[in-house]
Formats: sequence, C-alpha cells, structure tokens
Amino acid sequence: MVLRGPRTAAATLLADLVVTAVISLVIFGVMVGLRTETIPGGLKLVPRWSAALGLAAMVVAGRLMLHLIWWNRKPGARSAWSPAGMMPDWARNLKLSGRFVRPATLIFALVLPFLPFTDRYILDLSILVLTYVMLGWGLNIVVGLAGLLDLGYVAFYAVGAYSYALLAHYFGWSFWLCLPVSGILAAFWGIILGFPVLRLRGDYLAIVTLAFGEIIRIVLLNWYWFTGGPDGISGIPRPDFFGIVGFERGPGGFADTFGIEYSSLHRIVFLYFLILALALLTNFVTIRLRRLPIGRAWEALREDEIACRSLGLNTTTVKLSAFATGALFAGFAGAFFATRQGFISPESFTFTESALVLAIVVLGGMGSQMGVVIASVALIGGFEVFREFEQYRMLIFGLAMVLIMIWRPRGLIAGREPSIFFRTRKTISGALVSQGEGH
Amino acid sequence: MEYFVQQLINGVTLGSIYGLIAIGYTLVYGIVGMINFAHGDIFMVGAFVSLIVITALGLTASTGLGLTILALILVLVISMIVASVYGWTVERVAYRPLRGSFRLAPLITAIGMSIVLQNYVQISQGARVKPLQPIISGGHTIMRRVDANGEFLVQVSNMQIFIVVITFSLMVIFTLLIAKTPLGRAQRACEQDTKMAALSGINVDRTISLTFVLGAALAAVAGLMFLLYYGVIDFFIGFVAGVKAFTAAVLGGIGSLPGAMLGGLVIGLIETFWSAYFSIEYKDVAAFAMLALVLIFLPQGLLGKPEVEKV
Repeated sequence: MVLRGPRTAAATLLADLVVTAVISLVIFGVMVGLRTETIPGGLKLVPRWSAALGLAAMVVAGRLMLHLIWWNRKPGARSAWSPAGMMPDWARNLKLSGRFVRPATLIFALVLPFLPFTDRYILDLSILVLTYVMLGWGLNIVVGLAGLLDLGYVAFYAVGAYSYALLAHYFGWSFWLCLPVSGILAAFWGIILGFPVLRLRGDYLAIVTLAFGEIIRIVLLNWYWFTGGPDGISGIPRPDFFGIVGFERGPGGFADTFGIEYSSLHRIVFLYFLILALALLTNFVTIRLRRLPIGRAWEALREDEIACRSLGLNTTTVKLSAFATGALFAGFAGAFFATRQGFISPESFTFTESALVLAIVVLGGMGSQMGVVIASVALIGGFEVFREFEQYRMLIFGLAMVLIMIWRPRGLIAGREPSIFFRTRKTISGALVSQGEGH
Repeated sequence: MEYFVQQLINGVTLGSIYGLIAIGYTLVYGIVGMINFAHGDIFMVGAFVSLIVITALGLTASTGLGLTILALILVLVISMIVASVYGWTVERVAYRPLRGSFRLAPLITAIGMSIVLQNYVQISQGARVKPLQPIISGGHTIMRRVDANGEFLVQVSNMQIFIVVITFSLMVIFTLLIAKTPLGRAQRACEQDTKMAALSGINVDRTISLTFVLGAALAAVAGLMFLLYYGVIDFFIGFVAGVKAFTAAVLGGIGSLPGAMLGGLVIGLIETFWSAYFSIEYKDVAAFAMLALVLIFLPQGLLGKPEVEKV
C-alpha cells in the first residue's frame, strides 16, 4: 500500500464507511428507490427513497459491525488449529458425538410418524425433506465422489417423473412396475447425455449439463400432444400397498384388509416410509460402492484425473458410471415425486431446482452423507420458516449460498473419511485435502 | 431471397447484443478462469436501469431525433456506471474471498449471486413484464419484391442501425483499450500469468476488479440495446441471454475479444434463422445444443488457442 502519511484508524474507518455508503446508494438508489409501475399507455415511476436509504444505512451499519467485531479479533483467536487433529475443538467434539448422531437420526426418522406431535403437516414436510435428501445423496455420487459438477441434475429427476406419468397415462402401468423402469430410463438418459460431454473440464461440463437440463425442460414444455406441455399431466395414479391393496375407504381397502380403523393418514405414512426406504437405499448403495473398485476409481478421479489416466483407468467409463448411478436415483426420486403429487408439469423442473439440490450437496460438504441431511433439513425447513416471506425466500437462499460458501468453502461437514485406511479410521480435515477440481 | 436478407439483418442485430455480453464472459474467463454466472444478471440489471432512466427522462417516440440521441447517451452512461458498480460489488463480495480456493467454489457463489440478483430485481421492480414504447422509429426499405403473394419489403430500422453502430464503435474503443493502454497491458499480463504479473508490480486485485467493471459496463450497453430492440424486459432475461452469450464466447474462443464478437454474431444468426425457418418454440434448444456441440467438437473455439493441460 502506498504510504500517505500518518492516518488514524478512525479516519481510515470513516473513509471506508463513506465509500460503502456511496456504493450502496448507487446500488439501491436506482433499483429500489425508483419502482416502475405499468399504467395504461406506458410506465410511471413510484419513488421509494426511504426504502433505498434504509437499505444503504443497513449496509453501512453492517460494514461498521464487521470492522468493529469480526475484523478486529485478536490474531491469536484464529490459530485454534492444533497440530494433533488439525481441527478446531468444536469440530472434534462434533466428530466424537458423530458416532451417535447417525443411528440417532435413523431411529428418529423411523419413529417420526408415530410420535404424538406428528400431524399431516409435519409428515408432508418430512416427505419433502426426504425427497431432497435422496436427490442430494444421488447428486453426491456425481459431485461429491466423482467430482463432476452437474448443473442439470433435475433433468434426470424430470425423466423419472415423466416416465412414470406417461407410462401410467398411456399404458396404465402400476407404480411398482414403473419405479424401476423410471430409474433405468433416467440412467439411460444419463449415459446418452453423459457420453459426449464427459471429456470436458469441470466448469465446461457444468455449463453443458445446464444446457441439457434446459433442453429437456423446453422439449417437455413444447411437445404438447405427448407431454401436455405447460398444462402438465394430471391424475397420475397414487401408489397402492405393494400392489396388494389400495388406500381407499371401504371394503378391500388397506384399513379394511388389515382390520384397523380407516385414516386418511395411512397413505401419507406409507409415502413417508417409501421415500425413507428409497433414500436409505441410495445411501446404502453409495456407501457400498465406495468400497468397490468403481467407487475408489470415482474418488481417485476427483482427486487427479491425469494420474488416473496414467494408471490405466478408463476415465470415460468411470465418469459415465457415476453419471448413470446418480441419474438412476434421480429417476427413482422423480417417479416418487410424480406419484406423491399426482400432477407434474415442466414448472417443477427448472434450473432453480438443480441449483437447490446442488446447494444441498455443496453446503453440506461434498462427499459427506450426513452433511446432505443437515443441509436438506436446514434449507427446506428454512423455506418453511420463511413461508410468510414468500417472495424473499429465494433471495435469502441465494445470499445464504454465497455467505456459507465464503465462510466454509468446503461445506458444513468438511472432514474427509477415507474409504481405505490403515488400522484405524482417521478423519482428516477438508482443509488439508487438495480438492479435486473435476477436470 | 428477400426473406433471407431480412433475417440476416435481424440476426446481425441480435448477434451484436450477444457479442457485447460475451465480451464480459471472455475477459473474466481469460483472467481468473471462472465462468461469471452472474454476468447475465448484470446485463438484466443494466436493462432495468436503462428502463428506469428512460422513464424518468420521459423519452417517447415524439421526442426530436437530436434530443433522443443525447438522452440515450445519458441513459447509456448512467446505466453503465450503475451496472459497473454492481459488477464490482459482485466480484468484491462473492469472488475475491474465494480466490485460491478450489476451482468450483466461485462457480457456486456465482450461481448464488445470480439467484440473489434475479430475486432482488423481482422484489424491487415487480415480477411483471415491463413494456417500453418504441423510442427510435422509422427505417429504410432496401429491397422490395411484388409477386402473387403481395408485397415483401426488406427493412432496416433506425433502431437496428443504432444498435449495430454503437456496438461496433464500442468494440473498436475496447480493442484499443486492451491493446494500447497501461490498463490493457496489465490485463493481458494477468491473463498470461497472475503470479508473474504481481511480481512485476501489477496490482492484480485491482486489475481483476477493473475487468469485472468493464465487462459489466458492456453488459449494461447490451441491456439498453435489448430493451430498445425488444421493448419488453423482465427479471429473468439474464439467464437465457447469459447462456447464449457464454456460448458465443466459447464459440469464438474464450479469452479472445474478436472471437467473442464473432461468436455473438454466429449465435445471433443461428438463432434468427432457426426461428425463421424451423420453429420459434425451439430457438433456445438450438442455442443450447449449439453450446454442447461447440464444447464437444471445438472446445478451443474459432479464434482461440488450444489449451494444453499441464501436470
């Protein structure tokens, strides 16, 4: 920095705040300060200077707080890194309790429908959260394990949902037949789309997958006679109890067959366990695959593609298998989504949805299964909390994505658990691992 | 034939708009090696600022030609300044803290920033489509044909002339800026080797910030052009336009300025001809498929250098 003579800390701070004020006034002054309203024959401007000034004042105050509190910490406070575990204390404590967290979460998920406070609303919300957990785990195979950034994951979700909806609509196939078919079709599309693009480096791959996701959505939107276009497909059959009985009231229904009192909640509880089972299947397959040569190849590929190639791994096959496995689970989740909603339209498969699933994986910590659960609960639960602020929630979501990324670039659970280890399993902090760049 | 010429004119106009946005992608990718996903939304912000300033000035088609041009230059300057501040802030807040982090980190904050900007504009300006009455009217007939189907005129509107002229003059100014000025030299040095540039006394952070500012200013120009040409904007225009402009940047060879302009023209022409001869519903599919094809078969682009990956 150029020396400009002695300058007190207060003067520097003041100058910084003035600059902040000017910049935030430019940012908010035009966009927030003047709102365009459509009137007959054109537009008129509605000034809202107080809102713009208020926002600018908030930014300046925030910057002042950052200066006084965050950037003013004693330098020693940051060196809480001990050479032993290379982890902050809280992270080690979390790790110790981590042994109990997983079984506890699983047991909680299993008994949730029978807890006294559980009502229809909580069940619906849990089903939604579990759908995202499953999608997150599926994408985790592609992004977290194989290190391929996929921005069009929702395309496979859409393929799964439309496969079931169309097969049920045109041929009357049942859900239990369509579930595997949807998964296989999605995986098939994963291979078709993956084959040409997997030679690309990380960020190019990301953009091409985004393009494919959009292409599938636009085709679904415009192929009117087949997919119903923007009107979507309605009247998708609800699932029955493993093809044995339905959940209708009256004789022959689920309640009647098993001799229990009819309740409209039975179907919801069944859906809950269905998605829980599907999600756990995803998790189980991922964990098992990590121990197989193919899973090791994925992780090796994430760390260094050139080294992989020089060791004789066929990177195309390895990448394709990751892509197809991820797509397979998205297809299952899609079929589930279709049967739960009973109605699907291209609206449900926009880029925002892909970004949401990606955010769950990245914010949770790439490659971490528990991180996905935490991030799903936090994000989807957060959406519910901000339900009253409907229009602000995507804004807050985007801000959270940026801030968490800056605060912890490797996600909330950044530790890496090695899949191969010598005698004892040692978790290493993510900060010590050079992250695969997916190229 | 006449129909073809008309579509050619429309395609060149559209292509210049894409080219202007593509320059922002190409510069940023060249210098920091990341896809600035929020760039399309900076373009959208530029369009909105232009709309607000035009409404505030009360410009209509009945304003005199000289006055209109003066006013449009004022609009251009204001929206360039505001968009630059947005571009600078986005870089400062979302990308700079992650410099040196792993490669996908800034891409993810960029997606976050894009979501933030879209929703911020949606909340502050409303979700409805904003119409603008045409400001520059009139045009010239350059070809005409009379046959059994009636009369077919090939027209170049004053608006199209305005767009193409402004775009190409900015392009010339910009090429000179990169080729001749100290800023351009610093910019090219950072592009070749950031560490070495820093060692020879170039303020790398400032150069990167300025790159974002320049890209945002050009995106704002594109925003004004888009607004004038189509007459309607909403908060979502940045996404598709951004992807198309990125395609243009890749097609031209990422990192290359004339390449970005050439790529923009090609993408504009493909889109226009596709809508004219095949189907207008699938025009975005054409652009997206083009992106995939280019990345797969011609990753170094038309005017770019092939990239050698080193261990």
